[in-house]
Amino acid sequence: MSRTPERLDAFPTHHIAGFGVRAGRPLPFGASRVPGGVNFSVYSAGATGMTLVLYQRDAAEPLAELDFPPEFVIGAVYSMTVFGIDAEAVEYGYRADGPFEPEAGHRFDRRQVLLDPYATLLHGRDSWGGQRRPLRSGIALDDFDWEDDRQLQLPSQDLVIYEAHVRGFTRHPSARVAEPGTFAGLVEKIPYLKELGVNAVELMPVFEFDELDNDRLDPDRGEQLRNYWGYSTLGFFAPKAGLAATGRLGMQADEFKNMVKQLHRAGIEVILDVVFNHTAEGNELGPTLSFRGLDNSVYYMLTPDGYYYNFSGTGNTLNCNHPVVRGFVLDCLRHWASQFHVDGFRFDLAAILGRAPNGAPLANPPLLESLAADPILRDCKLIAEAWDAGGLYQVGSFPNYHRFSEWNGKFRDTVRRFVTGDEGVAGELATRLLGSPDLYAGRAPTASVNFVTAHDGFTLHDLVSYNEKHNEANGEGNRDGDNDNNSWNCGAEGDTEDEQVLALRGRQLRNLLLLLLTSHGIPMLVAGDEFGRTQRGNNNAYCQDNDLSWVDWRLTETNADLLRFTKAAIAFRKAHPALRRASHPRGHQGSGWFPEVSWHGERAWTPDWSPGHRLVAAMLYEHGPHGHDCVYVAANAHWDGRELELPGLPDGVGWHLFADTALPDGNDVHQPGDEPPLTGDRIWVEPRSTVVLVAKQTDGEE
Amino acid sequence: MSFTTKVHSDDGVVTIRLTGELDSRAAPALNEVIVEATAGTVRRLVLLAEELTYMSSAGLRCLVFAHQKLGRGVDIVLVGATPEVAETISLTGFDRSLVMQDPVER
Repeated sequence: MSRTPERLDAFPTHHIAGFGVRAGRPLPFGASRVPGGVNFSVYSAGATGMTLVLYQRDAAEPLAELDFPPEFVIGAVYSMTVFGIDAEAVEYGYRADGPFEPEAGHRFDRRQVLLDPYATLLHGRDSWGGQRRPLRSGIALDDFDWEDDRQLQLPSQDLVIYEAHVRGFTRHPSARVAEPGTFAGLVEKIPYLKELGVNAVELMPVFEFDELDNDRLDPDRGEQLRNYWGYSTLGFFAPKAGLAATGRLGMQADEFKNMVKQLHRAGIEVILDVVFNHTAEGNELGPTLSFRGLDNSVYYMLTPDGYYYNFSGTGNTLNCNHPVVRGFVLDCLRHWASQFHVDGFRFDLAAILGRAPNGAPLANPPLLESLAADPILRDCKLIAEAWDAGGLYQVGSFPNYHRFSEWNGKFRDTVRRFVTGDEGVAGELATRLLGSPDLYAGRAPTASVNFVTAHDGFTLHDLVSYNEKHNEANGEGNRDGDNDNNSWNCGAEGDTEDEQVLALRGRQLRNLLLLLLTSHGIPMLVAGDEFGRTQRGNNNAYCQDNDLSWVDWRLTETNADLLRFTKAAIAFRKAHPALRRASHPRGHQGSGWFPEVSWHGERAWTPDWSPGHRLVAAMLYEHGPHGHDCVYVAANAHWDGRELELPGLPDGVGWHLFADTALPDGNDVHQPGDEPPLTGDRIWVEPRSTVVLVAKQTDGEE
Repeated sequence: MSFTTKVHSDDGVVTIRLTGELDSRAAPALNEVIVEATAGTVRRLVLLAEELTYMSSAGLRCLVFAHQKLGRGVDIVLVGATPEVAETISLTGFDRSLVMQDPVER
């Protein structure tokens, strides 16, 4: 039964290549379903003509090629409504006519059928590592049943972020999920995440990329390496089909949305690692897939003679602060926030987002300002990786508009150097523990995303097990990856049976975890670090789509004690507002028992900041509606033990032991709320260990 | 292959037998059928899917459409979906809108 259309624009006015069409709507860009058909809109400032190429799903040859007549063009925008096509069964692309004059910045090539930058699906890599088919744009159905889901809007200071690779998280057989390596597989692990206590997952790239675009071989196995991490985007609006169990059915957007919905149900936010600093097209030798053929001089930063600036280390640099590209980035993030209910974004090599078209850093980058003030993105967390491959390092100076948090690389380096026993680090560690007020004065501690490890670099286990990187498997003669790791193997490189070495590694791991999880700011863990995931010393596993990088869930049993320790440390953080302030703690006495932060040493209230001293002891105090909250953290990185005098407490209140990393497994940590009381007013802190205490009523009451 | 439906209504239980391929071209027709068949008081909507050879993303959306049209108090039962269809429904979260059942001997 059909209804008579009531609108004038539901009728074709032209017939082109066998299809009824009419002038389309220029906005929104991309392909959108409209009554009776699909509206296509694409822009190009430099093109002299444009053709819409339609294919039946999976067909080698086009179904039809529709040139845009002049009356379908407004400004630089080509739009056409095509009637009677099945949005589910059709694939499309564009041919753009125009000059090929590289020195003038133009690289039009009519022979190429280009991907739509705004495509909501990509076809051609429908399952991970599967058959290579031509890459084509597709049209996602966007009418998901969200029920009453919305962004969770958790306070930033309460976040504990868990960085994960969607495939690596559940691809290993030990994950025991029905659909390994997919969004659906991740859903099956939600109960684990809840039990661990994290409340945000940060997913490494999920926008369409091509895992097959790596030509290197594994020198030992002889197999082709993959682009496993995916920091090389093909389709910015499209969730990657190869990460979805239903990708072969074109339902990756639904599967992704369901994952978000289920994570939200569990109280877990979703942050996406997004890569706007470059695209998958490489330099002038790379393929023409989309942007290069549509508007090369708009999308890319070009040198005066038409070559590509390379601030990203990957061949090209997206021209982020060009007004058109700015709009593209904003449209993209709005799409993920509104269509996918994503809670936040982490911007890869974000310093590039502050560069002008000629590469110069801008004082007030319009893109960053637009993102910070955007109404749709208002409740999204924005996190910058505040450096790039062109030498711009902006940790503490990133143009933040009071909206961007930063991956605090200095936290990582300081904590690593302190724990390995470097001299003269104690004073800097003190500021890092407080959310780095030296870097973020006038801002909240939550400007600082604290981490000891990230996908880049060693895993936590490898950080205490290797002095050197071991990246031979990447096929570059161990030249790739960072050389400056501040790691220490505790006396043996890699695998060892030496009990003493193993015990020290276990202690060092726990020292790092405790410092991370008692620091002000937003802590971030890497998936698997909580149970000792190893990459066998590889600190750059971007191409290792195998058991080197997949999370091995058997370690949850092998290293059950470490997992238990991490869970307790996360729970302890959640239980203590003194560790999760929304503003930097003050060192002078306010109301209540103590200042918000005070420093101690072998004598209470008497810290020693001299260079050879490798001990930091902080007391963190908060007096609020919940009453008094008081936590004492002492970290001793020295090879000798230290006896510390504890600050005196009011009558009826005493120090209780939450964690002591020097104690054997099983006694090294207590459940928050069940901490046993200490006797006396002094504690002994063993060499290279951390002790965390909590002040509680001594009569057994909270 | 074309798509056909056969509707039977009995005491607030509406049964729709689905035959053929349910893709985006057929989905609007099924939505119309659901609208007409559920115009009265409905306690339960049963979709018989044993003769359904294929169900696309647009087809799955008909289930959500029915769920939203009828409200939360009405059970929607999908009977005899192929394993592949059943798996797709659960992986994408569409199973929240309905009850899946194996075919019963009739």
